[in-house]
Amino acid sequence: MSKRKSKETSSVNEECISQVQRILRERFCHQCPNGKLFGVQLQYKHLLELLKRTIIHGESNSALIIGPRGSGKTMLLNYVLKELMEVKQVRENLLQVHLNGLLQTNDKIALKEITRQLQMENVVGDKVFGSFAENLAFLLEALKKGNRDSSCPVLFILDEFDLFVHHKNQTLLYNLFDISQSAQTPVTVIGLTCRQDILELLEKRVKSRFSHRQIYLLNSFDFKQYLKIFKEQLYLPAEFPYKPFTQKWNKNVQSLSEDRTVQDVLRNHFHCSKDLRSLHMLLMLALSSITVSHPFMTGSDLLEASKLCRMDSKANIVHGLSVLEICLIIAMKHLNDVYEGEPFNFQMVYNEFQKFIQRKAHSMYNFEKPVVMKAFEHLLQLELIKPIEGLSVRAQREYLLMKLLLDNNQIMDALQVYPNCPTDVKQWATSSLSWL
Amino acid sequence: MNTRQQCKRIYSWVGRAKSSDQQLKTFQYRGVLIKSERSLTEMCILLGEFVLVEGENADQPFVAKLLKLYEDGSQEKHAVVQWFSRITELPLNKRKLLQREVSSQEIFLDKGPGYDTDINVETIIKNVKVIPLAPEEEVPVRSNGKQIFFVKESWDGKCFKPLSPGLLSELKEAEKKKRVGSPSPLTDCQVFSSDFICSLKTETNRVTRSTMKTKNIQMEIESRHSASKSSLSKERHSQRVANGINTPGARKKLQLNSPTKSRNKLTGCDVLELLGDDCDALEALEPSATKRKVTFTEILGSPPKISRTNGEPDSPLSIRGDWTKLAETIRISPYRRGQDSSLKAKNLDGKDDDTWHLNSRNEEEETEERTRESKRTTKQAATSKSNSKSDTNLAEEQELKTRSPVVIPRSHRKCVQKTTARIAEQLHFLNISEQDQEDDYLPSTDCSDSSSSEEEESMVPSTPKRKTRSSTTLSTPISSRKSFDTTPAKTPRNASEPRTPKTPRNATPRIPIRNQATEKPANVLEEARLRLHVSIIPGSLPCREEEFQDIYNFVESKLIDGTGGCMYISGVPGTGKTATVHEVIRCLQEAVENDELPSFQFIEINGMKLTDPHQAYVQILQLLTGQKVTATHAAELLAKLFSTPGPKRKTTVLIVDELDLLWTRKQDVMYNLFDWPTQKQAKLIILAIANTMDLPERIMMNRVASRLGLTRMSFQPYTYKQLQQIISSRLNHIKAFEEDAIQLVSRKVAALSGDARRCLDICRRSTEICEFSSQKSTSGLVSMAHVMKAIDEMFSSPYINSIRNASLHEQMFLKAIIAEFRRSGLEEATVQQIYHQHVALCRIEGLQIPTVSEIMAICSRLGACRFLLVESSNKYLHVRVRLNISQDDVMYALKQE
Repeated sequence: MSKRKSKETSSVNEECISQVQRILRERFCHQCPNGKLFGVQLQYKHLLELLKRTIIHGESNSALIIGPRGSGKTMLLNYVLKELMEVKQVRENLLQVHLNGLLQTNDKIALKEITRQLQMENVVGDKVFGSFAENLAFLLEALKKGNRDSSCPVLFILDEFDLFVHHKNQTLLYNLFDISQSAQTPVTVIGLTCRQDILELLEKRVKSRFSHRQIYLLNSFDFKQYLKIFKEQLYLPAEFPYKPFTQKWNKNVQSLSEDRTVQDVLRNHFHCSKDLRSLHMLLMLALSSITVSHPFMTGSDLLEASKLCRMDSKANIVHGLSVLEICLIIAMKHLNDVYEGEPFNFQMVYNEFQKFIQRKAHSMYNFEKPVVMKAFEHLLQLELIKPIEGLSVRAQREYLLMKLLLDNNQIMDALQVYPNCPTDVKQWATSSLSWL
Repeated sequence: MNTRQQCKRIYSWVGRAKSSDQQLKTFQYRGVLIKSERSLTEMCILLGEFVLVEGENADQPFVAKLLKLYEDGSQEKHAVVQWFSRITELPLNKRKLLQREVSSQEIFLDKGPGYDTDINVETIIKNVKVIPLAPEEEVPVRSNGKQIFFVKESWDGKCFKPLSPGLLSELKEAEKKKRVGSPSPLTDCQVFSSDFICSLKTETNRVTRSTMKTKNIQMEIESRHSASKSSLSKERHSQRVANGINTPGARKKLQLNSPTKSRNKLTGCDVLELLGDDCDALEALEPSATKRKVTFTEILGSPPKISRTNGEPDSPLSIRGDWTKLAETIRISPYRRGQDSSLKAKNLDGKDDDTWHLNSRNEEEETEERTRESKRTTKQAATSKSNSKSDTNLAEEQELKTRSPVVIPRSHRKCVQKTTARIAEQLHFLNISEQDQEDDYLPSTDCSDSSSSEEEESMVPSTPKRKTRSSTTLSTPISSRKSFDTTPAKTPRNASEPRTPKTPRNATPRIPIRNQATEKPANVLEEARLRLHVSIIPGSLPCREEEFQDIYNFVESKLIDGTGGCMYISGVPGTGKTATVHEVIRCLQEAVENDELPSFQFIEINGMKLTDPHQAYVQILQLLTGQKVTATHAAELLAKLFSTPGPKRKTTVLIVDELDLLWTRKQDVMYNLFDWPTQKQAKLIILAIANTMDLPERIMMNRVASRLGLTRMSFQPYTYKQLQQIISSRLNHIKAFEEDAIQLVSRKVAALSGDARRCLDICRRSTEICEFSSQKSTSGLVSMAHVMKAIDEMFSSPYINSIRNASLHEQMFLKAIIAEFRRSGLEEATVQQIYHQHVALCRIEGLQIPTVSEIMAICSRLGACRFLLVESSNKYLHVRVRLNISQDDVMYALKQE
């Protein structure tokens, strides 16, 4: 009887868990504008007012949203747009053009995209798309014909704005800003960029036409707020179907945020990077450890996840190397120490390795030279070593100059966790110059 | 004006110099001979004839009358002309004055000043037909592709006036003289307004081509015809003017051809007489028309005529009835003809149609003259078809016989009376429907013409065939009308017209219209913000009065002189260069409208709005003439346009904004732009705008800079007082700002850049800030604090603030960089070195030591924000890093905490 009951509850749990994972993953992966905004109320208000004036009063504007990666620039914009779109007057009057500097790599492509998004191709026919010049003239004429009172305002959103700056002559930017400063179709140009020096990149004429309206997003919250955000991100919504589970889950989240270890993990994470995307990443990893038998997130889950997050990629590769390859890396480390980071070649490494073998007189490491060479090339393929540029490729393989891409700390750390590492090798790694 | 298709023409004088002027070393001639190199055809144009002159647009050559031909000392051939303007050449706002639809064929005698009447002979393309019309006359509907123009009114730059009677007759005289007196057949361009003239003309042509024997006689007769006609028209004209009788247009045409009714009858002007007139005219007209039909079977194929005659909606049934009846009787003739003439045997189709036309035409005749008449025509057809000379002459004589009463009114008075009597008799038989037919029939005669000569027909037999094929199906009036609609497209000139709308240039691009109206500004701040927007163009530009006056004077003087010139305008962005120039142009255009200045054409290009410097040519040409061609071709055309003397052109004022972007390696675009105004005929005024004062010296080659000349002007950045004035003039007594606030903005901006745009932007932002915080402040005015905040937002360096908001390890990394720089004494370090410093710093601070991967992530994040300049390569730990901000800034930012 009790067994059946537990089975029932487990089936409920199964359903619950998959629902939780779905909801939370959606939240972490999509920069959903549904969530709350954190610490950007002023910027939000500014942007909202700006766009409202464009749409309702037909006022032309230009603005840049600047902030480091992951600071929520696009999210802010989407949030504002979503809110505006709920107003009927806005929905009916606004034309949007979304451009991305990574997609529209030159003005020609950008113009085509604008024409397409403004749905003017049908007026154009195929011919205008023949040449860039015609297309530009066409679009400018189209925008020139409008006026403040009667034309639909057009919202240009330029994602990765800094890439548009590199277009030839900044033609597109000049024209967009020029329209925004002249009595033509009302337009608002919003640029999104992470570069703080963006204004210096604008050509002086373009710069003069830009309104210098900059909205900075700076992740300006402290650890307390960060904890709050952490909780917000994990809380299940009230409309979640399984009420008791929701309560339990939310209670658990609350206790998590008060837990010492969790706070440490989060603080370390916070110190490393403030952006919310990395927090999402962390929570995502922690979330994947949740199963039916382990329905609530614990501090250790987060700890594990944070370990995964901050894992050193190169050191991880070292874990999987053979003893011979480890030996070669240790030889390289010694060479680096001796020659203060000067490049080395295979022959030097081989000699160093030979010295080690002779000293220890261990036949077990006595490999043929071609075998050592093969191991060396494997390291090259793993990009643990890298040939330095500027040398002719015609030099013999043995004498190609290389550099080690690992730091001493990394090597030592990797050796610590290397399974079944022979003690003499370990000794050799730590002994460095002493045996000479 | 396609230079590639155009073959070269050779111009030579006709005959010897008529007179010469020793002092001026000019020789006058009476005509010019144009020889086309490729086709080897010659064209002779004499004084007093109308010619087409090359214009900016190949489709629309200018029309002019040749007044004088001379050669000057430098062996240049010149011509003095009287210009005629097409409706499209007239200013748009003046076209309204006409208050009627103007056909594309109508031209206006241009009496206005401003156009150079001295042109180069080599711009003359060919001669053209221009028919003067009396004020009451309708411009006939064109039915053939030949170029033919009608002049009815004159244009003196201000208003339209009907041609004065003297002028009209003079023009007509000139035309007649030409037709009779021209020694070489001007077959190509001759088109006539009425059937009467048509037949006359074609006969002339044929006669000239026929034997020498008959020629003399023919010429004599012809001259008589023309004389009678001219006198008649004069009479008619004076009469019309005197009486002021408003007769319908169709009647008018008739009167032209019916000499009998001339004086006495018109004064009477009662219905019966008028009817008599019509019939009289008809009677007179019919034989000639029919004859022409018969002799030139192929021309008959022109569908408009048929459709007109058949497209009679009033009594289609009766017509058809008549027609079928007649068809039986007449159809024989063409078939017989087909057998007779070996020439026409190849296209029976066309012949079938000929019959049909014949019938359709005859059907009307039949209503008055019965089968007797039609039989005669068939007979004539048969005779005319035969190729023998004598037969032709015979036909000619027959024609003459029948027509003589018509054309020579006075001497054959009796004849006329006889015919009128006969007509009156016939009138008796006529019923009303027939009269209706008549009325409708008349306009068709108006528009018919015999532009194509026999020569042409034999050369292009396919054209009539094609035309007629479409008309074979015309049994119902509706379909016939349809064919009428389609036919004009076949003619060469019309073909160019429907082509234009297909091209995308006529597609009107537009942004959709908004659904709801914009809201009006609700409060003072919003109103102020609206007025402070850069896009609002103030009524006058304060603080630029001097510059305005200088530019205005420059352009005005050039306009008055009719010369060209360049002016270079420089100044940092936002100092009102473009705005001032536009203001100047606006004022000049106003002056032109008040007739204080000769009119000019204004075009503008912007280097930034071009994708390539050479596109400048394309844009200029398109704005000038509406043509769309490639860049190289446009350059050729423009060079030709600006360097060829003569063709009438207004002065062009060209604004070249952002001049520096027109720079090319060879500087050919700049060179051309500044070279054109130096040419005498160009009449081009260029206002070049750029940012740097020393642009000519810096980037231009010597020859370009020298052509640009020394007329320069530089716009100084605004001083704070000027900026203050600009703001207050824009605000225009709206109390939204505190005085101090305005002064603060002006001083700040003047100290920074003197950019008025910046100034206005700051003000606008301040109003917004004020609005946000309005609940706190009581005054509601924009105060110093608001302005300060706006200025801070716009100009404060973002770095310090963002460093303060960076994560701890990011800050630590920056510290490590500085530590490493201090250690090494270099301004560059590898990530590995910085990493070691970072680790050391972390140990001091007691923080968790980040892994190398984390360090790399931090480094790339800082690099993306451009705090650091990071070498872009996959060197991992060996990537070199530099600071993009000063070390002091970093230290300052980090120390504060």
